[in-house]
Amino acid sequence: MKTLKQTGLVLFLIGLAVFSALPLLGTFSLTSSDLEKWSQARGTKSELFAEALQQEVAGKTFQGMQELSPVVAEALNEVNTIHRKNKEYDKVIYTKATDMAAEIGKQAGTGFIAENKGLMWWATFGLGILGALMFILPNVVLLGSKGIKNNGIYHRNATNRGWIAWVVFFYLIAFYLVLYFRPQYAVNWTFLVDPISETLSGNPAGHWFVYGFMYCTVMVVMGVRMYIKYRHNRYQMIRTTSVLFFQIVFAFLIPEIMVRLQMPYYDFKNAFPLDYDFFFQWNLRSLINSGGIGIFILVWGIALTLIVVPVMVYFFGKRWYCSWVCGCGGLAETLGDPYRQHSSKTLLSWRIERWIVHGVLVFAVGMTLMTLYSFFSDTGTVLGIKTSGVQNTYSLLIGSIFAGVIGTGFYPIFGNRVWCRFGCPLAAYLGLVQRFKSRFRITTNGGQCISCGNCSTYCEQGIDVRAYAQKGENIIRASCVGCGVCAAVCPRGVLKLENGPVKGRINPTEILLGNDVDLIRLVKEK
Amino acid sequence: MSTETIAIIGNGISGITAARHIRKLSDRRIVVISAESEYFFSRTALMYVYMGHMKFEHTQPYENWFWKKNRIELVHDRVEKVNPKRKELLLKKGKPITYDKLIIATGSKPNRFGWPGQHLKGVQGLYSKQELEQLEADAPDKEACHRAVIVGGGLIGIELAEMLRSREIPVTFLVRESSFWNGVLPEGESQMINEHIREHHIDLRLGTNLAEILSDANGRARAVVTDKGETIPCNLVGLTAGVTPNIDFLKGSGIALNKGVLVNRHLETNIANVYAIGDCAEQEHPIGERRSVEAVWYTGRMMGETVAYTICGKRRPYNPGHWFNSAKFLDIEYQTYGWVKSERSRGEDEMHFHWRHPEEKICITAAFRTSDRKFLGINTFGIRMRHHVLDRWLSEERSVDYVMEHLKDANFDPEFYRPYEKDIISHYNKTMGTQIIPKRKSWMRILNQPSS
Repeated sequence: MKTLKQTGLVLFLIGLAVFSALPLLGTFSLTSSDLEKWSQARGTKSELFAEALQQEVAGKTFQGMQELSPVVAEALNEVNTIHRKNKEYDKVIYTKATDMAAEIGKQAGTGFIAENKGLMWWATFGLGILGALMFILPNVVLLGSKGIKNNGIYHRNATNRGWIAWVVFFYLIAFYLVLYFRPQYAVNWTFLVDPISETLSGNPAGHWFVYGFMYCTVMVVMGVRMYIKYRHNRYQMIRTTSVLFFQIVFAFLIPEIMVRLQMPYYDFKNAFPLDYDFFFQWNLRSLINSGGIGIFILVWGIALTLIVVPVMVYFFGKRWYCSWVCGCGGLAETLGDPYRQHSSKTLLSWRIERWIVHGVLVFAVGMTLMTLYSFFSDTGTVLGIKTSGVQNTYSLLIGSIFAGVIGTGFYPIFGNRVWCRFGCPLAAYLGLVQRFKSRFRITTNGGQCISCGNCSTYCEQGIDVRAYAQKGENIIRASCVGCGVCAAVCPRGVLKLENGPVKGRINPTEILLGNDVDLIRLVKEK
Repeated sequence: MSTETIAIIGNGISGITAARHIRKLSDRRIVVISAESEYFFSRTALMYVYMGHMKFEHTQPYENWFWKKNRIELVHDRVEKVNPKRKELLLKKGKPITYDKLIIATGSKPNRFGWPGQHLKGVQGLYSKQELEQLEADAPDKEACHRAVIVGGGLIGIELAEMLRSREIPVTFLVRESSFWNGVLPEGESQMINEHIREHHIDLRLGTNLAEILSDANGRARAVVTDKGETIPCNLVGLTAGVTPNIDFLKGSGIALNKGVLVNRHLETNIANVYAIGDCAEQEHPIGERRSVEAVWYTGRMMGETVAYTICGKRRPYNPGHWFNSAKFLDIEYQTYGWVKSERSRGEDEMHFHWRHPEEKICITAAFRTSDRKFLGINTFGIRMRHHVLDRWLSEERSVDYVMEHLKDANFDPEFYRPYEKDIISHYNKTMGTQIIPKRKSWMRILNQPSS
């Protein structure tokens, strides 16, 4: 069994190594006529740019995107400078140099990687999946009988902020930086999943397709780990199935298939304001111009945020979204599960959390109000502030850096819910509903708590669960995503997530159950 | 009056609960003295530190700034002598502390019954932070510790076994009784735990006593000899045959002692302004069917709260309600509410209904009075129960039939868990000749709200 695990680990690492080397490998070349064809298909108005590419790129061979990318960027900059100087603003190319390089790289990919997509898929994804499963599956036997399987978490380097955790930390951050800011280096990755993308949507893969596919893969593999670890716990089994289903079907398959059917790309479960660009001008226009389905999406998107979300939170707590449906939550509950213990439980973190998460909510709502005002009044500025500037700032700071780079990159060191706890505006909104108007609570079982602290340690949202449980208080917190792990790890059966009458949700805890005092006398004394 | 100094010896759950409530109720000066640790921690969680579920810092329920903010002075020192006449505490390192009122909350220490070799190196209990550190030093892994022998089949014994097994250290478990914890548990449950212990590859030796611990040349335990004459080589001996109040330092102080510090129902000792709470306190007259010394987490907490009221001028007796407790035997959670007696201590008028799951390690035992079917208590293994509901049923003196009929109200298992009420009640009907149909769960009844 141990050998199987170790072999699996080696295979996984080989797959990961090949995957990680790909951004710098590969041969890129375009013939003059192919370039011409691409230029025309794209419809770029600048003849100068086409000429520049013909001169600098056509017929040449580049080793790796690191050679091709600067050439494209330079050509783009020079051409734009000339157009601006000549005041030919309609010819200026607004596509970012990195995106342009990615587009050209996608056309120019030749050689082994681009020609052996299937083989390369197996050498990366295939080995990774196979190796990871070989590493995980033996746990069915090795973990022994059912029960809590947290032995050694704080003894192991990877789960106790050792060097492995730090390597993973930097690796994930680097990956997200490439994904968001240097997509041209993801071109080779897109080749690996071209066949899958073409099957689904009919189009070749872009770097977001790579991410979507990878996201599903990682969630499924780590979901298997989750199933094995919590196989005694039906709440966890069902919940894991739910997040996998919503990620694969709603976030990945349906949008791709919709594209194939000439419909807008839309994730039906992604609610505003997490889906922060839902009300952006380009999206509204695209929806309005997409006929019946576009209007349906528009109405659904609004109803989801204004009606479905709060009503569901009233009945079930925000967990229905955050740990049963949401993609960010889904990744946190599968890939992030080994790191859940790292969330900070200090009072200071809680204070910071409330400022930041509600700040982001205000930012998102403010930006959207500006956007809508601009859309309906057809102006680019509100009170002298450029709407697009605010949108770009939000996209960069919150959408890319906070949700992506920090959100996932920080898993191994700061826990798996950094984004959900500190950054997600939807979580902030759901939290307000949950705190003030919901049937959901974590019930504390009378006087059974022994203050051991397992609940607090494994709370991914950094809630000091024990502080409530040892006083006999029910836990009613805006940030609780209802993952149910506190109740699972409790050795004394003290905690239960449940939905019940609003009255009696916040329980009186003047005296802990067990100490029989004369309550009437006590009240008189007060 | 408000500048009165309250000294508390011991920073465990009892002492700290007292300190917290005194601060809630008053402005008195509070000094807590502990030799064991700088800050309060939960000793119930020590096992999880060794098993790698937590770090030691996670066992501390309050952040370090809490004490200063609440003006609770912490002294990390050992009290060597108490002089009640001068109201003075003599410390090992620091200057003496004078007090106006004293709370003794020094907890327990592991029993050592005079076994030969019981003070050798590598022989220890598992109660204090120091003992955890000792265990980490003596049994870091299976290479350093080829086998451990645990003596004493109680709750700490099985926890220690679980801890050592988490590092794959072979464990031999000597239990004096003929079946695990059968002085407390009824036979069926005790049997189930025996099976579960063996499933975890623990070498369980029932009806076996420790005779002697053998030493190597360096004064370290190398083997134990049992009363059956068998010699078991080992590197670690865990003594877990119960605990005893930690009160040696009080001898000769004039404070009345027996097994523990003798207290009345108000937790007052024979000397005015000296109180004792928690594991180290011994009730002069046991309360109900409870033991006179109760080494239980929640009773320490309740005594701490009670004594705080008394000290702050709202004198109040310690009045524990219905007995309850919980524990975990390896993977099996155990809860008990009311009294379910073992065969050994059961009276003539107590009858049991027992149900066990055909495959899994899940069972319940309900005790009731034969004459009038009054519900006396329930033990559950692998099923969680709702404390409030059972506590109320005991107060309302419900019949066992009522309890069975409303059993769904008492279930506290996580959502989506398989319910067992149907099986339990059909077995109940079969054995009792009743025709009870289980009622659906009702929030109105659970929360004791009048139906609207």
